[in-house]
Formats: sequence, C-alpha cells, structure tokens
Amino acid sequence: MLAYIIRRILYAIPIAFGVSVVCFSLVYLAPGDPLQTILPADATAETIEIVKKEYGFDKPIPVQFALWVTRVVQGDFGVSISSRRPVIDEVMGSLSNTLVLTGFAIPFAFMIGFTMGAIAGCYPGRAIDRFVTGVAVMGVSLPNYWLGIVLVIVFAVEWMVLPATGMGPSGSASFSIFRLDDLRYLVLPVITLSMIPIGILSRTTRAAVAEIRGQDFIITLRAKGLSEFAIIRHVVKNAMPGVLAVMGLQFGYLMGGSILIETVFTWPGSGFLLSKSIINRDIPVLQGSILLLAMVFVATNLLVDLLQSAIDPRIRRA
Amino acid sequence: MSLTSAAASNWEADALPATKVRSYWQSVGYRLRHDPVTLVFGAIVLAIILTAVFAPWIAPMDPYKDSVIGRLKPFGWRGHILGTDELGRDMLSRLIHGGRISLMMGLVPVLVATIVGGTLGIIAGFGGRAVNTAIMRTMDVFYAFPSVLLAVAISGAMGGGIANGMIALSLVFTPAICRVAETATAQVRNLDFIEAARASGAGTFTIIRHHVLGNVLGPVFIYSSSLVSVSILLASGLSFLGLGVKPPEPDWGLMLSTLRQSIYVNPLICAVPGIAIFITSICFNLVSDGIRAAMDVRM
Repeated sequence: MLAYIIRRILYAIPIAFGVSVVCFSLVYLAPGDPLQTILPADATAETIEIVKKEYGFDKPIPVQFALWVTRVVQGDFGVSISSRRPVIDEVMGSLSNTLVLTGFAIPFAFMIGFTMGAIAGCYPGRAIDRFVTGVAVMGVSLPNYWLGIVLVIVFAVEWMVLPATGMGPSGSASFSIFRLDDLRYLVLPVITLSMIPIGILSRTTRAAVAEIRGQDFIITLRAKGLSEFAIIRHVVKNAMPGVLAVMGLQFGYLMGGSILIETVFTWPGSGFLLSKSIINRDIPVLQGSILLLAMVFVATNLLVDLLQSAIDPRIRRA
Repeated sequence: MSLTSAAASNWEADALPATKVRSYWQSVGYRLRHDPVTLVFGAIVLAIILTAVFAPWIAPMDPYKDSVIGRLKPFGWRGHILGTDELGRDMLSRLIHGGRISLMMGLVPVLVATIVGGTLGIIAGFGGRAVNTAIMRTMDVFYAFPSVLLAVAISGAMGGGIANGMIALSLVFTPAICRVAETATAQVRNLDFIEAARASGAGTFTIIRHHVLGNVLGPVFIYSSSLVSVSILLASGLSFLGLGVKPPEPDWGLMLSTLRQSIYVNPLICAVPGIAIFITSICFNLVSDGIRAAMDVRM
C-alpha cells in the first residue's frame, strides 16, 4: 500500500510541474509585451523598472520561470490589474465560494445519478432503462449555462419563488449555509451544476450494475435463496468503488468547470472571478486562478486514486 | 449457345456461398441502415449542416438589419417567425446564420485534434520508449486540466476570437485522441502480421500505412465522433463568455449571452438560441452512439 502511495505521488509531481509550465506560459501567449500584460496601463516608470528586475524580464525564459515558481510557492501570484489587490487573496476568497457550490452539487448529483443508474441497471432493456439512458444523454448534451438561464426565467422571473442571482441577500461576505434565506440562493446554481454529473454518474452506475448482475456470483447468491433486496445490496457494494471514483473526478471538473454557471448566476466564485478577469484583460488574476484550479484538479485526481486503492485492493496490484 | 450460357450461370450459382459474406465496412453500413434512431438523427444533423451552409439563401431576412421600434418582439410579430432580438434583428435569420460559426467552431477543432492527436498517438505507439514517454507525458499535462478551464485559459490569454477559440479547443481534444490512437497502435504493433510484414522487408512507414492505420482509424473515428457534441457545447460556452465571435456576428453562444440581459422583457426569445445548441448537440451525440454501436464489433 505504502509503495503504491509513494509511486502515485511521485507520478503527480511531473504533472504538477507541467501544469505550472503551461500556466506560466499563459502570460507569454497574451498578445504584446508580457511586462505590459501584467502591469496596469498607468504604471510609473519606476514600477516598471522594479517589476522588470524582480520578474527577470531582462533574463532568459528559464530564469524567469524559476523566479516565477519561487514567488508562487511563497504565495505571491502578483497583483490584480483591476482591483490592485494581491491575486492570492482574490482567488482564495472566491475558491471557497465555489467549494460551497460544488459541495452541494456533487452529493445531490450522486444521489440522483446513482439511484437512476442502479434502477436502470437492474432492468436492462426495459422502459425505465430507456428513460434513464435518455435522461443521461440529455444531461451531457445540454448546454448547462442555458439550463441555468431557463431555470432563472421560470423560477425567478415568471414564478418569483427563488432568487435569480448572487450569493445571499446581504452578499457573499456574510453567507452561511445554516441560514434558510441564504440557502435559497443555492438551489438554482446547484441544480444547474449537477446536470452533467447526473448524466455521467447514471451512465457509469448503469453500466457497472448491469455488468455485475451478469456475473456468476449473483447466480450463486440467488441459488442460496437470498432475497432480491439482499442481492441488490451485494450489487451496489460491488459497483460503488468505480462510481465513487467517477464522482471524485466530477468534483474536480466542477471546481474548474463552473465558470459558465457562476457567470450565469453571478456567484462570486473562482469561475466568476476568471470570467471577470477575461473581460478586464486581467492576466495576473487569470493566470493565478487557473494555476490554483488546475492544482486542485491534480490533487483531487491523486486523492481519488489513493482512496480508491484503499477501498479496492485489486487496483494496488495492477 | 443458350445451353452453354445456362450452364455457366448454373456453375456461377453453385460457386456462390450459401450466405452472403459482408466485408467489415459493408456490415457497418448494414447495421447503420437498420438503425432507425441513428438514421433519423443523422438526417437532422445533415439538415442542420445544410441549413448553415446555405444560410444566405434560406434565411428569410437580413440577420444584421436592426430596428429601433421592433426590439424583443414576440414570435410571429410582423413576419418575424421567431420574433426579434434586443436590437430588433430577425431571430430566425440570426439562428440560421449563427449555425455557420457555431458548427465550424464545433467541427474544426475535432478535425484538427483527430489529425494531430492521431498522428502523435501512432508515433508514440510505434516509436521507441523515449519517444513514447516524451509524447504521452506531455499529453498527460494537458489532461490534468478540466477541459473547460484549459479552453478558457488559452483562448482567454490569447485574447479571444474565433481562430484563438478553435486553437484552444483543438489543444483540449488532442491529448484524449492521442491516447486512443496510442492504445490502438500499441495493441497491434507486436502482432504476428506486423512481424511478417517486417520480415518481408516493409519499412516502418509502409507498415504504418498498410497495417497499422486501418486498425487505428476505427477507434479514433468512434472517439472523435463523440467529441463533436462536447466541442459544440464548449465552443458556444466560449462565445457565451465573450471569447469567441465578436458582435454583431451571429453565433448561438453569443446570442444567448447578449439576450440574457433581456430575460425580464421577453423571456421566451432568450431561451431560443440555447434550444438550437441543445438540439444540435444531442443529435450529434445520438449519431455518434449509433456509429459506435455499428462499428464496434465487440458490442
């Protein structure tokens, strides 16, 4: 087990390195001089000179990368062009808001997706199976930000039962998940965000359940005289590790992929920050938030692999 | 004379096997022809593509012609079948024209990624250990980004626009296709018939062209076809964020984004572009499922 953990962590290090190279090069992808890209347009000559020296823009690119990594490791992601605040403060604050959204969306998607997939897998080819498969295809084909707009139109504009946008009646600063008034702001974004995971989880669960039900040990259990309910318990237990792994990956995807949903609901999370930084051409914020979100994704994948190997010992031997 | 020809045709009939043997592609075609769901949705996909290609001739009105008094009018208002948008332009004509850029931004990246990723995958699968490690580990890095995030990062840093959006999306899909091609190549590279070709003096390039390509194209094609709907969704998402087309050019994602400000005035109109994206994406998805079922013999 320990050997597997070490091997898996060692494998993640070059990936994390590569991810930081990609994020570093984003500044150079931007049209124009990188120095102008990361500084406000009205920066004084002294500021430009200081930053030039500190960032090593007069030195070769590998040196610039080394300097950048040293700063990033210390938590210095540069300064936002539009708000003049340190990038790390902006990103960290918004990351926790995204976590609230994802933290509700993933369990919700798991409950619905797993139940639907398990039922469909128990009756392959029947009407209920076709229905679930159809819903799953729709879930992954739906432009989810459009669904968000439609939900806002129905529940906020037409029926006026739920708030359309924002995070709580008094803003994100005093948001609490224990207050009912604040929770109402979560309903629409969470439903919208869980659409894709519901589609993917129900597909995965359906395939796993149908496959396990066809295995020999199920016939043995049935021959032993176990009730249908007890057999389902066995099937679910066997299907769980694979489905949990997919759920973990979906968590990473949602953390990094909620940009469209957060833009629709003006939810002040990392995706909304990213979308603001694109409009304002705020490259330091863009770079910082993408680096952190990608690292969250790498870490999630690592964690999922380790957890899965703890649950299912067959993986360690592979 | 008539006797000999009768005998000849008799002999031919005898020589024919009892059941007709189909080649692989014939059997794929047979399965597709007998799959009504795929046929129907394939026809819809074809209709959507043709509508977009011939947009100037099909669209009932000028998609750029605005009107101050006719803004956000309901369905059927003064001959505007789907109403008008926030600048009074005909929605139906804009939807038909918008399909051009939306479909192009969905299809081109998948095509580019299939060619680039497929080539890299075959090289990685057929090259030595060092080549394989270099290519596949580089791909792993791009795999370590959620796809939306990578697309937004690259096109956002490059400053948006159609071309940058398509470059970003191509980069998003290349690693996944490369993996599929590499796996398929690695599966055949050590089989006996490759060994036989090598023994008979065929060079690496000839082996790849005649013996590997046929075995790799199938899985790569199946996988790429499933990416088209993802690509359409991502491309319209980029436009929605303002990273794709610039106004006043019509595009489904951009229309959704500009109409979003008007949900309190005419909510129904604002939902229309999303329906176009949804229908296109679900049709491509179902056609891709049908192709997979027809081409994957193991299923």
